[in-house]
Amino acid sequence: MTLHLTGASRRDLLKASVVGGGLVLSFRIAAKAEAAETAGAQALNAYVRVAPNGIVTIMAKNPEIGQGVKTSLPMMIAEELDVAWENVRIEQADNDPKLYSRQFAGGSLATPMNYEDLRRVGAVARAMLVNAAAQAWNCASGDCKTAEGQVIHVATGRKASYGALAGQCAGLATPDPKTIPLKDPKAYKIIGHPKAQYDVARIVKGEPLFGIDVRVPGMLYATFEKAPVFGAKVASADLDAARAVKGVRKAFVVDGGTDLSGLLPGVAVVADTWWAARKGRNVLKTQWADHPTGKQSTAGFDRRAAELAAGSPMTTLRNDGDVAAALKGSAHVVEAAYAYPFLAHTPLEPQNTTAHFKDGKLEIWAPSQNPEPGRQLVAKTLGMKPDDITVHMTRCGGGFGRRLSNDYMVEAAWIARETGAPVKLLWTREDDMRHDFYRPAGYHYLKGGVDAAGNVSAWHDHFVTFGEGAQVASSAGMGGNEFPSRFLANFRADQSTMPAGVPMGPLRAPGSNALAFVNQSFIDELAHAAGADPLAFRMKLLGDTPLVGDKSSAYNAARMKGVLAAVEKMSGWKDRGKLPKGAGLGVAFHYSHMGYFAEVVKASVDAAGAVKVHKVWIAADVGRQIVNPLGAINQVQGAAIEGLSHALYQKITIENGATRQGNFGDYPLIRMKDSPPVEVKFVITDYPPTGLGEPALPPVIPALTNAIFAATGKRIRSLPIDTSQLKA
Amino acid sequence: MAFKLNVNGKVREVDVDPDTPLLWVLRDSLGITGPKFGCGVGACGACTVHVDGQARRSCTLPVSRVGDARITTIDAMAADPIGKRVQAAWMELDVAQCGYCQPGQIMSATALLTKTPKPTDADIDAAMNGNLCRCATYTRIRAAIKQASGQKA
Repeated sequence: MTLHLTGASRRDLLKASVVGGGLVLSFRIAAKAEAAETAGAQALNAYVRVAPNGIVTIMAKNPEIGQGVKTSLPMMIAEELDVAWENVRIEQADNDPKLYSRQFAGGSLATPMNYEDLRRVGAVARAMLVNAAAQAWNCASGDCKTAEGQVIHVATGRKASYGALAGQCAGLATPDPKTIPLKDPKAYKIIGHPKAQYDVARIVKGEPLFGIDVRVPGMLYATFEKAPVFGAKVASADLDAARAVKGVRKAFVVDGGTDLSGLLPGVAVVADTWWAARKGRNVLKTQWADHPTGKQSTAGFDRRAAELAAGSPMTTLRNDGDVAAALKGSAHVVEAAYAYPFLAHTPLEPQNTTAHFKDGKLEIWAPSQNPEPGRQLVAKTLGMKPDDITVHMTRCGGGFGRRLSNDYMVEAAWIARETGAPVKLLWTREDDMRHDFYRPAGYHYLKGGVDAAGNVSAWHDHFVTFGEGAQVASSAGMGGNEFPSRFLANFRADQSTMPAGVPMGPLRAPGSNALAFVNQSFIDELAHAAGADPLAFRMKLLGDTPLVGDKSSAYNAARMKGVLAAVEKMSGWKDRGKLPKGAGLGVAFHYSHMGYFAEVVKASVDAAGAVKVHKVWIAADVGRQIVNPLGAINQVQGAAIEGLSHALYQKITIENGATRQGNFGDYPLIRMKDSPPVEVKFVITDYPPTGLGEPALPPVIPALTNAIFAATGKRIRSLPIDTSQLKA
Repeated sequence: MAFKLNVNGKVREVDVDPDTPLLWVLRDSLGITGPKFGCGVGACGACTVHVDGQARRSCTLPVSRVGDARITTIDAMAADPIGKRVQAAWMELDVAQCGYCQPGQIMSATALLTKTPKPTDADIDAAMNGNLCRCATYTRIRAAIKQASGQKA
């Protein structure tokens, strides 16, 4: 654990946030009222400022992408600081590794990585205020307690507000965070209590919060056209035609490089308005150079996967026991081929960044999930020192892993420097869908056995994925520990790879969002072969050993059985036989991002094959403390409904080296009428609190496909669900 | 070309190409950033505004076709009694995740409740079908519409 308590002064903080000119007022209108409210505030550390009137400003250090950390992380500080939540104001921090650490949104890690540290940040600030009071009152700090923004001398009842004391903290030493005791969780008044998102009032009024809303004086607007075939170079473009369009200021070719995560070749059009820039782009008639990946296609990948599956695997990920012998001795053997497609992220706010290059320094406003690597990428690409680049984090209109990459940031930086004026680069939806870092497609060729007693006797997966040799593409891998590995005496996972010139990367619950579908569907197939209740079959598979595997990476079967039992009860699993014809319940569980999740879906299929999802039940174990129950339930419900989008609708197809789909017409998102109610229960266990952005998603997909099997007897082995195969 | 637009109760003059979608006139020419850009083809609803009280997708509505219609954006919803109630329900139920689609959702919900004060689930499905929420906060959107209309969720 590293804890940065720099004791930075307000002036230092201001210095950090105004390099290169600062935000224009129109972007911070909403913050203005608060600025008056918090005048004269004293910084206790890089996170906490206390104004004389007792209003406490807490810095939100991480990017807000809709996962709620702008509220939940400051809740941790406020709890230990012991202030009334009503008196807390939250301010988004800039990306600043000197003041803060781990400023990213990914891996559902904000809670586990910050729960201890940020409570200590609050506790240290509280201790300083207590010390200041003790000094003023000439008593021991231990003679004082705190309550809702006041220090109280226990014996006399004498009180002083934090606002009055903050100014006296300046000369005091910062206590060692490790020595400060933390509250008993039973005394929590903020953590564990539902809090609306801090920005909710601004959101419902449509106030400027997002990257797309940034305005800088003298700002121009840019579009950037890249090759449909990822990374292809510009052969020609009619720059003069673009320049002739009214409002267009500049049109130029960006040579770019070959790294698909960096600055790629393309044509920039910069104009007085974004619409003018688009009109300029429309007449470019850009021709692209031939590219080595110009012939690749999804159909080709499918063919190659089948060829690889028929041959010897390239790598063995794990080999326990003797799968071949065990299969021979099994009462039932099941073979099945599973496949899932590339997926796009489609955050609703298209990629954008505003950049201003002036006097050798660069100021950037970006909706990024991962701003520091973005700053490093910009520095490297533009040949600048990172210290000459400031990145302001804006609220992100969705992230889902897409904004862990910073391609839009480096494009804006380059275009702004070439232009010599502040520039807002904004992608079209088609740019976003055709230049994503896609969830990798994948193929699994499975063989499994069940013995006469109804136990899984063997499991063999030949996984075909993207990469070269043993090296897999980003988010295209599978670990040797993936369930049901370690629960079976005879388990083997092999892997073969094929190269692809398709940008790939993490999508919400990477790896898991595909592997849960494959493994939990195949477990269902084995349960069916055994003639067993699919839920009881899973209970049995989880066994009676609470912790399975090496200590450092053990699978907590007891926790999983806990959520499975909970969801069985919630969903009325035992009464599923009473459902009408054409309706069914399906169950699945999955462990990811340190969370244990079991889910049941109720679905029905009509004669035309149309699938209706009636309800989802979710039991979740993320440890002993839900930080913000209001946000937590929202995350879980949203993740599950997103999973239904993956299962029912979504597929990115590569044709002639490029993505075919371009907008929500051919890449649908689930809509309100198709979104079921989602009932959520948190099973509280005595483990450290972990994150909720991702782990609810993976199980819902196999829970749905298993429900379809229960309803129709038809097994879904390929996503998205092909309803034409479900016709009666 | 010069256009006079009636936006949020004020007459605003802009000089833009006639084919410019209303969304970009609002956002870039007038600095009204409440309506959001999500798809550009009227498929997501993030840009929803009211045109003479009807929910319309401003990203596909050329400014030349607006004429003297009353344009109302999310930025003026707090002054609309129903809009204000919808916003209050949204806040109370903490509907949003990323929040990007919510201005459009609120505009569609307000148009619905203005016409149909006590909508059924089917009314809600129909009226909200053009508004995508990538974070999938649909459960709370439905609950907030019911709350704003004084019905049990």
